[in-house]
Amino acid sequence: MTDVAAPRDPVLDVRGLEVSFGTGRVRRAVVQGLDLRIAAGQCVAIVGESGSGKSVTARSLLGLAGADAAVRADRLDVGGTGMLRAGEREWRRLRGVGVGLVLQDALVSLDPLRTIGREIGDALRLHRRMPAAAARARVLELLELVGMPDPAGAIDRRSGELSGGMRQRALIASAIALDPPLLIADEPTTALDVGVQARVLALLAEARDRGTGILLISHDLAVVSALADRIIVLDDGLVVEEGPTTEVITSPRHPTTRALVAAVPTEVPRGHPLTLVDRSNALVSRPVTASAPREIVLEGRALTKTFTTRGTPTLAVDDVSFSLERGRTLGLVGESGSGKTTVARLMLAIAAPDSGEVLLGGSAWSSLPERERRPLRPRIGAIYQDALGSFDPRWTVERILRDALGPAATGTEVVDLLEQVRLAPDAAARHPLTLSGGQRQRVSIARALAEAPEILVCDEPVSALDTTVQARVLDLLDELQRERGLSLLFISHDLGVVRHMSDTVAVMRHGRIVEHGDAESVFTDPQHEYTRSLIADAPRLRSLG
Amino acid sequence: MSELEVRSTVTVEAAARPLPRVGTVLAGLFVVFLAVAVIWPGLIAPYGPDAIAPRDAFQPPSAAHWFGTDESGRDIYSRVIWGTATSLLIGVTATAIGLSLGLLLGAIGGLGGRALDFAVGRVNEVLFAFPGLLLALLVIVLYGPGPVTATIAVGLSTAPGYARIIQGELRGIRSSGFVEAARVLGHSPSRIIRRHILPNALAPIAVLATLGVGQAIVWASALSYLGLGAQPPAPEWGAMLSAGRTYITTAWWMTVFPGLMIVLTTIATTVLGRAITSRRGGVR
Amino acid sequence: MGSAVRRTLGRLAGALFVLWAVATLTFFAIHLVPGDPAQAILGGPGSQASQEALDRVRADYGLDQPLLVQYFAMLGRLVTGNLGDSYALRMPVAELIGGQLAGTVVLALLALLVAWLLAIGLALWSTAPGRVSRAVAQGVELTAASLPQFWLATVLIAVFSTALGWLPAVSTGTPTGLVLPVITLAVPLAGFLAQLMREHLLIALEQPFALSARARGESATGIRLRHALRHAALPGINLSGWAVGYLISGAVVVETIFARPGLGRTLLRAVELRDVPVVLGVVLLVALVYVVMTFVTDALSRVADPRLRQEARP
Repeated sequence: MTDVAAPRDPVLDVRGLEVSFGTGRVRRAVVQGLDLRIAAGQCVAIVGESGSGKSVTARSLLGLAGADAAVRADRLDVGGTGMLRAGEREWRRLRGVGVGLVLQDALVSLDPLRTIGREIGDALRLHRRMPAAAARARVLELLELVGMPDPAGAIDRRSGELSGGMRQRALIASAIALDPPLLIADEPTTALDVGVQARVLALLAEARDRGTGILLISHDLAVVSALADRIIVLDDGLVVEEGPTTEVITSPRHPTTRALVAAVPTEVPRGHPLTLVDRSNALVSRPVTASAPREIVLEGRALTKTFTTRGTPTLAVDDVSFSLERGRTLGLVGESGSGKTTVARLMLAIAAPDSGEVLLGGSAWSSLPERERRPLRPRIGAIYQDALGSFDPRWTVERILRDALGPAATGTEVVDLLEQVRLAPDAAARHPLTLSGGQRQRVSIARALAEAPEILVCDEPVSALDTTVQARVLDLLDELQRERGLSLLFISHDLGVVRHMSDTVAVMRHGRIVEHGDAESVFTDPQHEYTRSLIADAPRLRSLG
Repeated sequence: MSELEVRSTVTVEAAARPLPRVGTVLAGLFVVFLAVAVIWPGLIAPYGPDAIAPRDAFQPPSAAHWFGTDESGRDIYSRVIWGTATSLLIGVTATAIGLSLGLLLGAIGGLGGRALDFAVGRVNEVLFAFPGLLLALLVIVLYGPGPVTATIAVGLSTAPGYARIIQGELRGIRSSGFVEAARVLGHSPSRIIRRHILPNALAPIAVLATLGVGQAIVWASALSYLGLGAQPPAPEWGAMLSAGRTYITTAWWMTVFPGLMIVLTTIATTVLGRAITSRRGGVR
Repeated sequence: MGSAVRRTLGRLAGALFVLWAVATLTFFAIHLVPGDPAQAILGGPGSQASQEALDRVRADYGLDQPLLVQYFAMLGRLVTGNLGDSYALRMPVAELIGGQLAGTVVLALLALLVAWLLAIGLALWSTAPGRVSRAVAQGVELTAASLPQFWLATVLIAVFSTALGWLPAVSTGTPTGLVLPVITLAVPLAGFLAQLMREHLLIALEQPFALSARARGESATGIRLRHALRHAALPGINLSGWAVGYLISGAVVVETIFARPGLGRTLLRAVELRDVPVVLGVVLLVALVYVVMTFVTDALSRVADPRLRQEARP
């Protein structure tokens, strides 16, 4: 955390960066007048919503903005080389040598058909013409450096054959193969489980401490705050705020920054909104504790579900029991593959348990024949991670909502529903494809509300969304719960989100619930070691955490 | 605060519907030309299909005979125009037969349970072991050569391909998020099939049909060429090719032009089929 | 290992099932159709064979037996590799076909090889930078895929044999005689494969791993050759079993036009003469080739795509 007082040469020095797309007269500027200076051993973060121009900036610094992009700057020194008038040849010589790139999930960022040894060795082969044996030795060194367990065994495996954490290490190794002075990390932790996320950030921190300059790009202030020395906030291609990390986080000046800070859910108590606009009526929150025992609306009893893939059975859900009380939220948290989504499908009776039973309002649910269950289905609604995929691709928003409302639906009912999820009436005529991620999730909530359910099963409803958009959707769910007395089964891999939303929490791992209890007590005094590691790994705003 | 006000400029719509490209326009024009040739061949054909003029036999292409003349002095261009209806009829009928059978098999496999899916999969595997023209030749061996048999034969031999694609398409839609969402809403299976599965499968099937007509024409004319389909004096493209085969060294135009019509028809239907696909956005 | 053995056995059983089903289907289709095989044996309906002659032939060929007996007799013969005797040529079908098989398989495999080489070239060309060259390459792909083999063959003969005199129009045993037939078979298939590969090349180039590789200093060409091409080849490899079947059935046309001895021509002649045992034999043989090729392409796919080899992700 050295504040740039050192007289070291900057590894990145950009003045007045401008990037625009399009041809002829219809040019759209996506980045305007960006100044960026990163010294060796320094980490600077660019934060903003998707569409703010972050990723385009990263690609421009690699000369990979695309054929239809026009990049202009007053100064463009990358890794100590002036690239202002560089051609493709010069750029290629720079990439991998002067600057490395880390993208998100290595499952897609490393070629799944090539071994990680070849992927990491690429830079050595392309720039150093190293003999095969020497390159292999260097790759093993690199794998050692990024803490890959058993490098000799891993080098000949492909990204799909490695665990999430291991392949992420391989990705970072491929970016630092030639020890470039500058590392660009574009959303390096998005879509990763918290444990893997924490390890990636630790690796980047190590690289920084070895003297590499890092440009970190993310929509999530909490992730950034763990690593960055300085933060630049980008909105619609313009820098709206810039400063040392602590300063930006503790006293944000610009509304965009303030929204980003407020949107981090980890430390915000249950019932308090994550968006700034109605902070004033934040205290109109729920009675925090309800002492009286409440009615149980949905209950899972000793649920088990096994899947068989190519002859090998895997126990996806293993003896899972829990109950959801009326008007409350049960948060189900766990890493990918822990069986959360299968639990959601069992609750919705879209899949049948191998053993155990699901009860709806105290009576049979999972054991009913589908014909008898169908009339009861309106009592339980669902929203999904992939909202767009849950809509018939041919239908407009209006058609989707009418289909859910039933044949007698009127136009005003559609508008009412849209109103309830804070969408303007003109959204009715739109196609979900033309809506933003947050808007789509709102439509999906509206559809679920159409049948006036008592229970809403939310399966990773915000994990595909930017934090600020996530904040608005979470606030909406919270308000709807209060207005309608909804009971929520809220499933997420994101601890901060679950903590913010839940009254009770169940932590899942390998198909089992390892810890279950009142949200506050689980988070403040976790009993199980796994819960403790999850909490320790969860990103939070540095200044608060 | 309304989410729509926050972000209202999403330009996906504009991007998904580009202007038709030059190729698509040309293909469209060619299809219009074919349609005229089918409906009113006399309008664009200067001679009758069987107007014999022995003195003008084997004329190379000229202003009077754009595509030249054949061994009886008949105008190739006129015969190609007059033959359009038969050739297209064979292609369209064969496609319809193949598609109907494929639809039947595919729907059984795609909408039925796991056992039916498996069974149809096996049936398809067996039918695929009669590749290409083989099934068609088998049908002809059974029922004898002729345009009708050839049409049925081509239809039969294209059916397994359609069945496999349709089955996969239906399975894909069945396991999609929006079908699951409809089930969660408590909609009945028949309503889900009617409202979601069939309408969404329809567009890809329409594209399949468009792409299939060209191929069916190629196959049917291959049978005619081998003397197993439409027979020579008939103005059908494959039969004309077959007749021209004998004179390939002296009168190349007798083979080249009817063949060119087949090639152009295939290209045009392919281009149009693709244009439909890309207009639909191609994304689900 | 155990699961690998189980999978292989399962596939083998599937292959045997396909062969049995093809034989059964063909047998019953042929025998349920009106028409007297004995007539066909004696030279077709016009031959006015005597009743004694017909009876003798029926007894010789076992045609007087009930259909089911004939069916099981056929299955029994098939197991021992006996395909029966040709009606028209009065010789064992296995012998007749055996002599023709090699020529056709060589033709088909050569055509497959050439088609792959052409397709890779076309696909790389049509995804290379440059709007005009892309459009031209796409046009070439589309045209190639739309060419009927018989027409292409005729045009090739007209140009390269008749007009230029470079290559023989009749495919004799010489290597030069193979050139035109192989090109005829390969070009339409190449067009089809190239379109498939281009689509998947473009998909692969959009993947994050392509950006990662560019960021390591890989060139635009290197990306296509070392990364995307392999991804794009996978669906083509998968289809190669089907492609061999397609090529063999295309051999019917090509062998006829180039007067080249082979399975295709034998089949066509048998079809014309309604020589049922020969047709049955060829159909079974092609089914066998198809099944074997499916095996081979399955194995190739597993070599090319390691993702298929892992049983479950750790």
